[in-house]
Amino acid sequence: MTIAPKPSFVLSRRHLLGIEGLSQNDISGLLDLAEEFVELNRQVEKKRTSLRGRTQINLFFEVSTRTQASFELAGKRLGADVMNMSTGSSSMRKGETLIDTAITLNAMHPDIIVVRHHASGAVELLARKVDCSVINAGDGSHEHPTQALLDALTIRRNKGRIEGLLVAICGDILHSRVARSNIILLNAMGARVRVVAPSTLLPPGVERFGVEVARDMREGLADADIVMMLRLQKERMNGSYVPSMSEYFQYYGLDEKKLAYAKPGALVMHPGPMNRGVEIDSIVADGAQSLIREQVEMGVAVRMAVLEALSRNLPNA
Amino acid sequence: MTMMLSDRRPILLANARIVDPSRDLDLIGDLLIADGVVREAKKGIGAAGVPEGTDVIDCRGKLVAPGLVDMRAFIGEPGEAGRETLASASQAAAAGGVTTIICQPDTSPAIDNPATVDYVLRRARDTGIVHVHPMAAITKGLEGKEMTEIGLLKAAGAVAFTDGAKSVTNAQVMRRALTYAGDFDALIVHHIEEPNLVGDGVMNEGEFAARLGLLGIPKAAETIMLERDARLVALSGGRYHAASVTCAETLDVLRRAKDAGLNVTASASINHVTLNEIDIGPYRTFLKLSPPLRAEDDRKLLVQAVAGGLVDVVVSDHNPQDVETKRLPFAEAAPGAIGLETMLSVGLRLVHSGEIELTALLRAMSTRPAELLGLPGGTLRSGAPADVIVVDTELPWVLDPNELKSKCKNTPFDEARLTGRVVRTIVAGRTVYEYV
Repeated sequence: MTIAPKPSFVLSRRHLLGIEGLSQNDISGLLDLAEEFVELNRQVEKKRTSLRGRTQINLFFEVSTRTQASFELAGKRLGADVMNMSTGSSSMRKGETLIDTAITLNAMHPDIIVVRHHASGAVELLARKVDCSVINAGDGSHEHPTQALLDALTIRRNKGRIEGLLVAICGDILHSRVARSNIILLNAMGARVRVVAPSTLLPPGVERFGVEVARDMREGLADADIVMMLRLQKERMNGSYVPSMSEYFQYYGLDEKKLAYAKPGALVMHPGPMNRGVEIDSIVADGAQSLIREQVEMGVAVRMAVLEALSRNLPNA
Repeated sequence: MTMMLSDRRPILLANARIVDPSRDLDLIGDLLIADGVVREAKKGIGAAGVPEGTDVIDCRGKLVAPGLVDMRAFIGEPGEAGRETLASASQAAAAGGVTTIICQPDTSPAIDNPATVDYVLRRARDTGIVHVHPMAAITKGLEGKEMTEIGLLKAAGAVAFTDGAKSVTNAQVMRRALTYAGDFDALIVHHIEEPNLVGDGVMNEGEFAARLGLLGIPKAAETIMLERDARLVALSGGRYHAASVTCAETLDVLRRAKDAGLNVTASASINHVTLNEIDIGPYRTFLKLSPPLRAEDDRKLLVQAVAGGLVDVVVSDHNPQDVETKRLPFAEAAPGAIGLETMLSVGLRLVHSGEIELTALLRAMSTRPAELLGLPGGTLRSGAPADVIVVDTELPWVLDPNELKSKCKNTPFDEARLTGRVVRTIVAGRTVYEYV
């Protein structure tokens, strides 16, 4: 199913800092544009020229393989010059502040900076100090907008729609920027969202996010069309938030038995990287209901769409 | 600060609205100051009834009140003069109508021995233009372990004892400090936050923290600590003051302690009575405070508690932070906001909006703190020190951080529209600040 992109689609903003604030039209427009790039990416000739002459800097204060690679490929396929900067290889380790780094990079006249940072709000702070477009590739526990968009695209391609679906988001909601962005996006698009987690991993006040809340998987997955699993970091399973890895897997790990609580044929997603045997069993992760590999493919297309849409607003475009 | 020629001349503040919360006085009249003390405040002293050479100042339409006594200000001397000196803090204070600053012992080194108290007092005398009195540490090095020389420190001039921005988590240490301080009638002031429950939290726990992806600090972290302290006061019989209460639950504990006849009093910061967590907006680090800003319902109850006297004192909680500690992601920024220069103007918002009576606000900012600390200010009675402010309560202005006298500009009221400001500050009979 291919929807023809509206060539006139413009995301009327300079930065993409979060899903918060995007309209339903913005989201649909980005997804439509991404559909076009899905097709392109499956061809031998994958190059476009819309970002030719543009400089894109991927500034990663937190290690990432897939998101950084995905943004790099996206930029290159659109013809941009892409530079990667990450912690460990630069002055970011020498005590230079975020703002100084921003000012320094800004002086090199990039057109787009893609930023990931371990602190919530850091990308917004950086965006205020530069003249170019900024894309949030994940800030602390706040937002990860391109992940939510790629999840939405994956869902829409498989279900034909987002509206009216019941999406269960399971796991470490408290620390998850993926969960926050997805909750906002899915609500904006008319889906029902349910979060499923032990109470220690639920943010206080989550019931006011327009979601249903469940503390066990049987109740939480009932009638779900989509089961979206989240990564649980190992240091949070040592008795600080949950008692142990094995207890967590017992009650919240997605295996075939728990997946059977959801609607027959419910689809399984995970933003990666997965902890196999912790939040998700390999049989499910690699099974017929899993969309995990497709999510990665959609990631490149969605990031191309975001880069393309923002570049249409760049000066001299 | 250039001293004016009129320094030692008597001053008549004529035709003013005189408000003296120490005796519920609110009248239109004249206030005569001579020899560094208030002579009298009454209707119709007039230019005829004053000594020769008196500087007669027409204060028609303006408010005359006791100078403010700010019970909680963090100043960088000794050791962190880059943040704020006693001199710069006193300039800021004078511009804000604060005639007495109570500085906190979180300095480098900490104010935990009589020599450092002496240093601060001398330094303030030599470089400052308002009164400065230090609080000394409860425990050596603010480490929460061993009691300081409470008797000697009090004799040296410490007006109260606190570990500043730190809580004394060891209940045994707190119990002994309260017990021992009681023998010297020394006031123990405590930052009430249970640090383990605060954990990595950076703002009030709840929906807004969750939306911003920031870890929250539950109100219980504060309430538990006051609950514990109230029981320790019952056990030890000391004089106790909670440094900053912020929420409804803590107010309940405070009310119960007071009703039980315990010697427990409390302050609220100007920030917590005028701002709430939503004001943080897009990660504004100038509004990152300790304890954190709470919900609007809490703020309203806090203002009511000040108005009714349950919360005794409103403090500036002045805490200068420079750009290096504030221009960071929210979770990494230092907490604190400056406030000496703005506390009265900001507090007047509550008066203009009808949330609190002027007299109640002034009482919490002058009379009550002076009483609790055993200082002679906070009143316009005859013979009181002439620490007096003249305020144009209707003057509209916009706060420009560059005009602030503090070394640091971390004000949450950046570009705020305010109504009312201090136009003259008199300390011990001398005009130390005039707004023209």
